[in-house]
Amino acid sequence: MHSSGQTLNGSEIFFECLRREHVEYIFGYPGGSLLKVYETLHEVKDIHHILVRHEQGATHMAEGYARATGKPGVVLVTSGPGATNTVTGIANAYMDSSPMVVFTGQVPSSLIGNDAFQEADIVGITRPITKHNFLVKDVRELAITIRKAFFLATTGRPGPVLVDMPKDILNSSCVFDFPETVDIRGFKPTFKCHINQVEKAAQKIARAKRPLLYIGGGVISAEASEELRTLAIQQNIPVTMTLQGLGAFPGNHPLSMGMLGMHGTYWANQAVNKCDLLIAVGARFDDRVTGKVDTFAPQAYKIHNDIDPTNVDKNIKVDLPIVGDAKNFLATLLEVMPEKKENREPWLAEINAWREQCPLTYSSEDDALRTEFVIDEVSRQTGGNAVVVTDVGQHQMWTSQFYTFINPRSIITSGGLGTMGFGLPAAIGAAFGIKDRPVVLFCGDGGFMMNVQELVTAVHNKMPVKIFLINNSFLGMVRQWQELFHQEKYSFTDLGDSNPDFVKVAEAFGCKALKAENPESARQAITEALAYNDGPILVDFRVVKKDMVFPMVPAGGSISDMLLARLNPKTMV
Amino acid sequence: MKHIISVLVENKFGSLNRVAAMFSARGFNLESISIGETEDTEISRMTIVTRGEDQIISQVLKQLNRLVDTIKVTDLTRQPHVERELLLMTLKLSKTVQHEIFELITVFKGKVVDIKQKSITIEVIGSPDKINTTIDIFRPYGIKELARSGAVAIHRGE
Repeated sequence: MHSSGQTLNGSEIFFECLRREHVEYIFGYPGGSLLKVYETLHEVKDIHHILVRHEQGATHMAEGYARATGKPGVVLVTSGPGATNTVTGIANAYMDSSPMVVFTGQVPSSLIGNDAFQEADIVGITRPITKHNFLVKDVRELAITIRKAFFLATTGRPGPVLVDMPKDILNSSCVFDFPETVDIRGFKPTFKCHINQVEKAAQKIARAKRPLLYIGGGVISAEASEELRTLAIQQNIPVTMTLQGLGAFPGNHPLSMGMLGMHGTYWANQAVNKCDLLIAVGARFDDRVTGKVDTFAPQAYKIHNDIDPTNVDKNIKVDLPIVGDAKNFLATLLEVMPEKKENREPWLAEINAWREQCPLTYSSEDDALRTEFVIDEVSRQTGGNAVVVTDVGQHQMWTSQFYTFINPRSIITSGGLGTMGFGLPAAIGAAFGIKDRPVVLFCGDGGFMMNVQELVTAVHNKMPVKIFLINNSFLGMVRQWQELFHQEKYSFTDLGDSNPDFVKVAEAFGCKALKAENPESARQAITEALAYNDGPILVDFRVVKKDMVFPMVPAGGSISDMLLARLNPKTMV
Repeated sequence: MKHIISVLVENKFGSLNRVAAMFSARGFNLESISIGETEDTEISRMTIVTRGEDQIISQVLKQLNRLVDTIKVTDLTRQPHVERELLLMTLKLSKTVQHEIFELITVFKGKVVDIKQKSITIEVIGSPDKINTTIDIFRPYGIKELARSGAVAIHRGE
């Protein structure tokens, strides 16, 4: 460790700053403009560099690590193509508010703008998909810029920040000075909620007959699950969660209503439709949640707590906006809640009737293997204790329905951007962060191929990721929309003729692999995979091709109008 | 309705781009934007003219505030403020209309900044509305070229 006051070169400053930010892992890939950094890295023993096989993989790994641990994920890539390959991962982290710092090499300052070899204006390219980004123009600015980058990525609503470092900056030297504190005059997020607003919320809650908590990922980022649990139980308020909010409240608790929205539970959506008070915390009224906005929670007085004021009144006009940290909001609320509360039993009984009327089920009549069964079985065998990572599509929605999330930071999924290819690298990244719980990946056969190269990273580092490949030989979610809304024109969604043999693919990478084609072999394969910890293991689950995810709210429809089954798609309830 | 928003931003490369890009990315209307240094050389003032319903304007203000480089965002629309725009305009000049043009320049409190055999360049300062009117009135005489600065605005002093 170097101390302040020493003369260091840019690369040494870079690592010295990461050390002081307590960085454990860097997900990276070397290249021309980063040669000096990698030269210095050769001697660095206390920060682990994980070599990926594609820069997009590095960004998703960093995000998986960040979501699993709450710490910022760190990415290091070279200029030009190295930098542009991170764009999808950065956009993903931006949409899902994951803390991430991406360091890109850049051509020497004197060549910037000259169309130099491996030059790309990555600061320009990533401006709309980062919380903020920087081009370092002087080595004396490097330490403060890195400090600011970590501060911005992790403070307030988390998000990705990019730091572009020209080659000459990394080579030149200056006296190292690490600023302990950082003050950015244009960045002052509101943490503390306005007490009058919280008191007003408490009064509304105390008087509500049919209240509903609508919980998003913000509660997990704010580490506010404990406060949420206390509030919900103490006040007897049912809790519905967004995809990113799952696990904020235990899924096995009677007050948990699972996910709401497009593929949410029937009872959660009915409750939204009928509630007289909606308390949104750390959620952003996304279109996948609200459906048609005019008919979303039509009878409810709406309270919205969010750390980001732009989320308030963006999609839905609310009655009581409360800007601030979710933990602060919930903790303050608990302090000011009046003793007296309404009897909520009739409301809970009503919800339970909906639950019984249309439970989440799947067919188990034949001996066919279904995704729902696989997820249900994994949920049972892991006792809801796994860190579950998904890719994007049908299996992702089924995971939200059939895996019972007990704890926060248990689901890692691409929600906002919906990035196919996210799952495998994110699971590897999560496994670097979490060693005491199994890391399970559910991934479709389409998405798996999008970042399949990262199997090398998993094998090389012996990451015990359970890769549960949900293989229906189709782009299942697109196929579902084609069947329901596009006259069954299965245009380019059938991968059956072109998919590789996934067991052989895995084995070629040095990854253990199994295949399961019926419920019994699936059950055994899951047991075997969960017991195997000597590296990654893939199970190729050959599931039925044409199952669809229900319930479903057609895009733009009211969430009270759900399709409940394929056989009679015209029957809306 | 029309809003005039004053934004103090860090005087750094990219600040203008961040603001302009945010407007286009979020589909907000942007009628004009002007920027220049303030009394503090580390800070620039941006004056933005935009249009929208209250709910949109509230999002515009919040999104502007959210940018890390913005220091202060003020919607001047409903506050006492002074708003000015500079117009530079070159007109065709001929003997027959010369007098009318000069009279109109006086009416609009404009100035002649350049004059040639067949053209005259004038400057007019005023609110964007006045500038619009000026252009309409001069249009029949033949506008060869024009440039508008976009509005700049400031709070009225105490």
